[in-house]
Amino acid sequence: MDTTARADGLGAGLDTPSPSGSVYSTNVEGTGSGYSTNGGGGSSVEGQVADVARLLPSPVPVQLLTADGRRADEQSPYSMPSGERLVEVWRQMVIGRRLDMQCTALTKQGRLAVYPSSRGQDACQVGAAMAIRPTDWMFPTYRESVALFTRGIDHLEVLSLLRGSSHCGYDPVAHKTAPQCTPLATQLIHAAGAAYGERRRGRDAVALAFIGDGATSEGDFHEALNFAAVFKAPVIFFVQNNKYAISVPLAKQSKAPSLAYKGIGYGVRSEQIDGNDPAAVLAVLDTAVEHARTGQGPFLVEAHTYRIDAHTNADDASRYRQPDEVTGWLAKDPIDRIAAYLRAEGLLDQALQDEVEAESERLASDLRDGMNAEPVVDPAAMFDHTFAEPTPQLLQQRDMLMGELHAEGVTR
Amino acid sequence: MSTFTMGQALNHGLRDAMAADDNVVMFGEDVGTLGGVFRVTDGLAKDLGEDRCFDTPLAEAGIVGFAIGMCLTGFRPVVEMQFDAFAYPAFEQITSHVAKTRNRTSGRVGLPMVIRVPYAGGIGGVEHHCDSSEGYYAHTPGLKVVTPSTPADAYALLRAAIEDPDPVIFMEPKSLYWSKEELSLPVEAPPFGRASVRRKGTDVTIVTYGPSVPTALKAAEAASAEGWDVEVVDLRTIVPFDDETVVESVRRTGRCVVVAEAQGFAGVAGEVAARVTERCFHSLAAPVLRVSGLDIPYPAPKLEEHYLPSVDRILDAIARLQWDDQPDLVHVGASS
Ligand SMILES: Cc1ncc(C[n+]2csc(CCOP(=O)(O)OP(=O)(O)O)c2C)c(N)n1
Repeated sequence: MDTTARADGLGAGLDTPSPSGSVYSTNVEGTGSGYSTNGGGGSSVEGQVADVARLLPSPVPVQLLTADGRRADEQSPYSMPSGERLVEVWRQMVIGRRLDMQCTALTKQGRLAVYPSSRGQDACQVGAAMAIRPTDWMFPTYRESVALFTRGIDHLEVLSLLRGSSHCGYDPVAHKTAPQCTPLATQLIHAAGAAYGERRRGRDAVALAFIGDGATSEGDFHEALNFAAVFKAPVIFFVQNNKYAISVPLAKQSKAPSLAYKGIGYGVRSEQIDGNDPAAVLAVLDTAVEHARTGQGPFLVEAHTYRIDAHTNADDASRYRQPDEVTGWLAKDPIDRIAAYLRAEGLLDQALQDEVEAESERLASDLRDGMNAEPVVDPAAMFDHTFAEPTPQLLQQRDMLMGELHAEGVTR
Repeated sequence: MSTFTMGQALNHGLRDAMAADDNVVMFGEDVGTLGGVFRVTDGLAKDLGEDRCFDTPLAEAGIVGFAIGMCLTGFRPVVEMQFDAFAYPAFEQITSHVAKTRNRTSGRVGLPMVIRVPYAGGIGGVEHHCDSSEGYYAHTPGLKVVTPSTPADAYALLRAAIEDPDPVIFMEPKSLYWSKEELSLPVEAPPFGRASVRRKGTDVTIVTYGPSVPTALKAAEAASAEGWDVEVVDLRTIVPFDDETVVESVRRTGRCVVVAEAQGFAGVAGEVAARVTERCFHSLAAPVLRVSGLDIPYPAPKLEEHYLPSVDRILDAIARLQWDDQPDLVHVGASS
């Protein structure tokens, strides 16, 4: 398989099916799911069946760490990430969790218009952000605040959408991060296009797109998978199955054996993981990113996880779920899990724990201070960005507003 | 008599319609156990059965397309779009099929469905939660477009919409869900397609609808202090449009301001202004003015007060109806 782009930068994503008639037949990876019995190839029906097997996810979610933080005994084709990365994923999760809870608290004081918490999904948020490079793209939803923090985007810039001061506080091109998307599943097709565009440009950047379980029902999800597969776009579709779409449980959302199976119908290699296992998240996303980066096309990962808090602060989760369900999931906490493992391995001691906790307290307090200061919103700027150049009508409307503000004694 | 919010009045409207006709079914995202994000369907699944009010997969095109299919077998589906901008994935189904099926089948197939759309702003919602999308629907022949401004109308118009043989886009102003009224249900209300005069007046007619009605009434109150006797006409249904009530009022007052929260350019307010001008030209003492939202995407919550048609903008427009005093008036965007 030629994994480099053609010299002219074109056509890298335009591979046609091999003469055997199978588009998958040439890509057999050592790091495959490990459950396929045959590497595929050939033109026979048997070959095609084998190709399907190569796309199939593991029959059970990939797990490297048990819920209590021991090494899962199961022989996994995915290898344990380095101790250094595991310490970093833990550190970022501790910080992310603290900031997430701070944001929830800030909604109670009316500092944020709304906040969709990712508490419980910490391993997915942090692990995914750690699996890509700064030159790779990210396509987040409203729930991905912690992933964006981990990516290194300024906290206040990330929160400007949810605070209600602007629709997107950061520069998407500078951070290679699309605006947090609210209309569900629509961002996935953009991710496929961006990933394809990068390949066409001869670069090896990939796109990581987030989506929830509910949104996999949207037509755009299916169009995105199909486009990505047909154009062999290096995009990773990362489904955080947190069990509910607002109030609707997965059982009422989909009858697929696992959402990971939704990839194979489109020819997209798929995998499912324990989304509360930070080691598994890192290991499988590394594989997915490598798969995409080396020209083998899109990859879909379903992470089984749980949303501990309500959908947003405006939602009343007691209407649709039992408290003991939440308690059960608290016992599978991703931070406790990795901390137990790191301690047993001698990679985490009290000193490091204290240091990271102090750091997260400091960041949370900075966030509070930043949020307590009134955000700078310029009403005049509303007219600047509907078009590159405001139309004459917009300029008149701006004058009208400025006149009103002037009359009210607002000076700018 | 008891007090009902608009949300509760809609809930009762659905309940009564479903009790009266087994063919009426309600479905959408989170409408079952949760009772909808605005609780409009609260308790319906529990009280009437999960086959009467049910959650669907999260897919708006699917919801509307499914409703079309159910209509073919005699059901009268009422579906909920969670928020204005989240109905757009269903736009294809709505414009290509919901609106056109009667016409495409030479009248053999009607689609008696209601698509409920919580819409417009003023509630501090983040982007995609505050669109005024009525213009898209009103511009599409074959769709009736309804928007109540009071709990009584919410009840009565919803019942009428469900009974209507044609598809109805039922636009629910989110900012009014918690507005209250003393009612004894079921209520009597003017028929479908009839506007209501919410306030009598002799000097100026404000034509408005949905979320802007309370603002217009406040402006009328304030204007009376300045000697203007303002009449407020609430359209109630945008399609069908009640030319008669509007024309009668403007011919009498001789002045007209159209108030709508939607962005003004190429919108419903412009249509109203044109119709009034065509029909009342000789009675008008001044051009018909519009006060509308700005021609920008709905802004972030901290800026929405600058976007929404305000009492002051309406009063300003009323003041400018002294046309003889200001012959050089230039059209100024949101209140032109
Ligand atoms: C097209 C569209 N329809 C409806 C909504 C309203 N909505 C916002 S979040 C949500 C549930 C999403 O659930 P899921 O995809 O599982 O993601 P989660 O919020 O659990 O992360 C809904 C219905 C929306 N944002 N976009």
